[in-house]
Formats: sequence, structure tokens, C-alpha cells
Amino acid sequence: MGKTLFEKIWDKHVITQRDDGDVLLYIDRHLTHDLHFRSFGKLKEKGLKIRCPEQLYGTPDHSVPTTAKVLSDIPEGEMRETVEVLAQAADEHGFHHFPMTDERHGIVHVVGPEQGITLPGLTLVCGDSHTSTHGALGCLAFGIGSTEVQHVLATQTLWQRKPKSMRINVTGTLGTGVSGKDVILAVIRKISAAGGTGYAIEYAGSAIDNMSMEGRMTICNMTIEAGARSGLVAPDDKTIDYCKGRPFAPEGVKWDQAVAYWKTLCSDADAVFDKEVTLDAESIAPMVTWGNSPQYALGVHELVPDPELEPDPITRAEMVAALDYMDLKPGMRLSDISVDTVFIGACTNSRIEDMRAAAAVAKGRHAKARTLVVPGSGLVKKQAEAEGLDKIFIEAGMEWREPGCSMCIAMNGDMLAPGERAASTSNRNFRGRQGPGSRTHLVSPAMAAAAAVCGHFADVRDFVV
Amino acid sequence: MEAFKTFASVAVPIDIPNCDTDQIIPARFLRRAADDPDYHSFLFADLRFEKDGSDTEFVLNQGPYRAGKIFVADINWGCGSSRENAVTALTANGIRSVIAPSFGDIHYSNCIKNGVLPVPLSVEDCATLRAQIRESPGAEIAIDLETQSLTGPDQTTYVFEINAFDKHRLLNGLDDVELTLEFDTQIDSFELIYKTENDWAY
Repeated sequence: MGKTLFEKIWDKHVITQRDDGDVLLYIDRHLTHDLHFRSFGKLKEKGLKIRCPEQLYGTPDHSVPTTAKVLSDIPEGEMRETVEVLAQAADEHGFHHFPMTDERHGIVHVVGPEQGITLPGLTLVCGDSHTSTHGALGCLAFGIGSTEVQHVLATQTLWQRKPKSMRINVTGTLGTGVSGKDVILAVIRKISAAGGTGYAIEYAGSAIDNMSMEGRMTICNMTIEAGARSGLVAPDDKTIDYCKGRPFAPEGVKWDQAVAYWKTLCSDADAVFDKEVTLDAESIAPMVTWGNSPQYALGVHELVPDPELEPDPITRAEMVAALDYMDLKPGMRLSDISVDTVFIGACTNSRIEDMRAAAAVAKGRHAKARTLVVPGSGLVKKQAEAEGLDKIFIEAGMEWREPGCSMCIAMNGDMLAPGERAASTSNRNFRGRQGPGSRTHLVSPAMAAAAAVCGHFADVRDFVV
Repeated sequence: MEAFKTFASVAVPIDIPNCDTDQIIPARFLRRAADDPDYHSFLFADLRFEKDGSDTEFVLNQGPYRAGKIFVADINWGCGSSRENAVTALTANGIRSVIAPSFGDIHYSNCIKNGVLPVPLSVEDCATLRAQIRESPGAEIAIDLETQSLTGPDQTTYVFEINAFDKHRLLNGLDDVELTLEFDTQIDSFELIYKTENDWAY
């Protein structure tokens, strides 16, 4: 029996296996950010050192205000402290660090692929659940907790249990105005927010083959919202082109060796998956979530569902609670739901393609709701400005900000007021995620821009862009 | 880490399917130190407290449930963010076990590493237990990790699954890093060969 892509990468990194099946896995790359600022002190308390500082890469993202350009712009207190401590630790231990004054700085899951830190065939971890993003490059990447962060710092390894395998095939061709974000929301709706728990997911099929690297990253990013710690796309020519010439990518002979290896990284034709799921790309419409779990997603022309029609009592109760929290009624049209704020950004959708998609809708129009556009890194910002996208946003009355996690997690001062409703390109519509009492609807960048210029949800396919 | 052998306590029904770690601890507390004396109040902060700090009607504020150290939850408990702070918020309140039909993978792992026992039982068994402890507030559940069994308020015994390594770690309160450092020589030799064979990555 052949191997899956996941197994090929996994097997190559197994140092030893215990009788109960757990393996000690070697970790190639460890990414970190400001929220793990306490890790370094804790390690020291235990008398431990960072085993491989050259394999550790840090950048502040969660606590950085999107109006701040330098450290002193961050309000004094715990926000500034996290950023300061990360910088001091980088100096002390000698790991790679992209401070906020460095144009390479940004959201850790945007920076990794952009810098060529993330490469096919590697294992990569970060103390952040959206580490699954990096799987879009054929890299085995998953989020870990802070005890595991300590473990990787000290040993460059992790004890892991091999997950089951699932392949999600998205066949056919996506329609105009339908993006990776809509695909992953349709996937989560189909398999549920727990459907991927205990699995590693591989995405395949013609719609994935034809998708940009940015779109694949969006899909892998939200794999954790389906419960799976990691999502993978087999590296192809597009992946190789994407990696070529990136600052931390190999060069010369090493590049040729890498490419030769990467070309072997696909699931064998006779590999067997524990579960296979197929979605028809043509059936996927631009999506909008209505509840407090990403599984509660609707095609833009569907109506807010009626819990009375739901046979499962657990789901029914959850739907009733969500309608109440979100202040929605069964049978409402999505276009009748007005938004107070629009957020375009987060590790899900803050890459150059996302900026372009939002700008294409915003161009020549005017925002009817407060709109924050937050590029994922200094380099995305620079590229967008070189293309004049910043001017399009500003002329549309939107705010063009500095890179960071921003309103996705609302830890940097960007947040919603209680009861405020947002169209957001982030990944979680959990209660209070964007501030206590906040109401979040997840959408693609183009759909977010459409909501901004209409003041309510609208079908981006109706826009001539 | 505190070892887990047997534990009995008043059990609390948490009737929230897909209870994400943002509910268990909102993000605004994530920069706080684990020894912050207020840490216990971060658990379910937005569900437990009104804006003025007064108690809501959330189950943890009701009579005998205030003393509960075991949660009986619903599907996909602890999904979402990898924040280990969610487990710190549990341990700050003395919570030693969460019984649920399914768990977020990262949260499950975080629990094991902090002496909190995740107990997977079927959807039906969890619903039965929640109904019993709702009907008799203050009813207790007893857990024995060695025998992988749990006794409900009506003395019904349930058997649960746990990986042998996780069980060993919890029973003995073992710290992972110390355990792994015993493999130091093996890691060194693996690393040497691996980096030579894959020097494109280094």
C-alpha cells in the first residue's frame, strides 16, 4: 500500500516510536510571536537552553497596534511588554527576529511562507492554532500549546500521536467571485466544526490544483476550524515557483536537491485515506456565516435557517442560542443584515491577492461602514502601495493600517463595541472574539468589501469589477 | 505537574456544544501570568460576570455548582485557539477533569500536560450525566484513572479510553521535557544524519 503525503513527511521526521504508538518527531522550524513572551523566562527557570536558536523565528503580531510604527507607539503596559520581551529574548538567544520596524515584520503565518522559512517537506510548529496555514506549501505544520512550545525550545522535538487521514477533494471549477475562503467555509459546513478532529487533512482536486498559493493558505488556515490540527496541499510547480528566490529558501545546488525531493511529495496513487470527502466546486457560492461557529455558514442567497426544522436537539439548541446572540431571525435574507464594521485582514486573508480582491470591489465606490484594511506584513503593505491599492481603499473611505493580527483577536486595541456587527475576513465568529458582545460574520475579502460599500451583505458576483 | 490518580467532586453541567477556548478564557487575559491571583476569575469571564462585575445566572454561579471541580460538557469541548491559558483557567479553579463526547485536539493535549484529565464518553452518556447533575445539583462524580472508570451520581460505572502514555504521565505527574531529555543522544544522532541528508533545508 502506498503512502499519503502526510505519512511521507511524518515518517521522515520520526526519531523514535514508543510501544503505545506515540512518536518523537523532529521539528525543522519553530515560529513564535509576542504572546509566548513568557516562554523564555520559564525555560531559564528550569535551567534549560534553546536547543536550536537558528531554527526559531519570531515576530510580534497579536499585541501590535495597527497604528503603531515603532515600539514607543505601543501604549505602555502589558501590550508593549510582550513585544519588548520577545525582542530582548531574540537578542539574548540569537534567534531570527523581525521587529515591527523591519519591513519583513507581520503576522507570523504570513511571514513564514513569504520569507521562505516555510518550505515543502518540513515540519513546522508554532504556539498558535492557525499554524495549519503553512500546510498550503506541502509543509507538515500544526499549532501547539505553551507546554509544547517549551518542549520544542528545549529539545527541537515533540511527542505526537499519528492522526487519521482525510482527503477532501474539491472537483470542478470555482465560479467567478468564489475564493478559497468560500471553499473552506463550505467544507466546514459540510463536515462540521468537529469533523476533522483527530485527522490530518489533505486538500486535492482540480479546484485546489487551479487555486493560487494565497487561496490554498486560506483553506489550510481554517483547517483548525474543522477540528484538524493540520491541512496539506501537495507541492506542485506553483508551490515551487512561489518558494524560489525567497530569502530563507535554498539556492544553487541545494535548491535543485530540494526541488527533486519536493517532486516526490504527493500521496501515492494506491494510498488509502481513512476518510474521503468530495465537494463540487460549481455548487459553492460566496459564503457568509451567521452563527458562532464557522460551521454555520450560508451561501449568500440562502436564508437564515430556522432551528425548528433542525432534527438534532444539540444543534437546534446551539442554533437558538446563536440567533439570540447574533440578533438574527429565522428566514432573514443576508442582504437585510447591515454591518457596523468591516475588517479585511488576519492570517486567513491579508496577503496581496486578498488586498487586490478587496480593492477591486472598493475601487470607485465608497464605504458605508467603518472599514479597516490591515495587510498581513510590511512586505504585503509595500507591494499593495506599489500597486496603488492603498489609495483605492483610502479614497473609498477605508482605513489603511500597519500589519498585525488586529481585529481578528482584538488584543491590540482594534475591536468591536458590544452588540456591534462585523463582516470580517478572519477565521473565528466565536462569541466575543472581536470584543465582548461582538457579532462576527466571516466572509472573503471581496465579500467584505462588498458589505463595506453596501452597508449590508451583498453578492460580490453582482459587482462589475 | 500534579499527578492524577483518583478524584471525586461535585460535577457541573456545561451545556455548550462546540465550547471554544475563547469562551473558556477571553483573549484579553492571555498576557496575564499564570500566578496572577485573579486568574480564577478569567474562567468563562464573559458568561459568569456582568459588565459591572456582578454574577450572571451562569451555572458556575449557582449554589452547589460553585464547588464543582469536574465539568460534564458537550461535543467539541475546547475547540478553536491553542491557548493553554484555557487549562490554566481551569486549574486556577481547581477543575481536575472534563467529561465530554469530543475534545479539540490541541486543548486535549494541553489538558494532559497540566494534570487535567479529559474523559471521552458517548454523546448519550454525557447527556445522561448532565441531566442527572442538573436534576440533583451538588451530585458527585468519582473518577479512577488507574481502572479508567467513572462512577456517576446513580452509581452507574462508565469505562473510558486514554492512551497508555498519557495515562502514565498523568498517574505519575511526569513532565515531558525531563522525559525527552533522556532521549538526548538519540536526538543528537538523528539530527546529524537528518541534517546531512537534507542539507537543502539548513
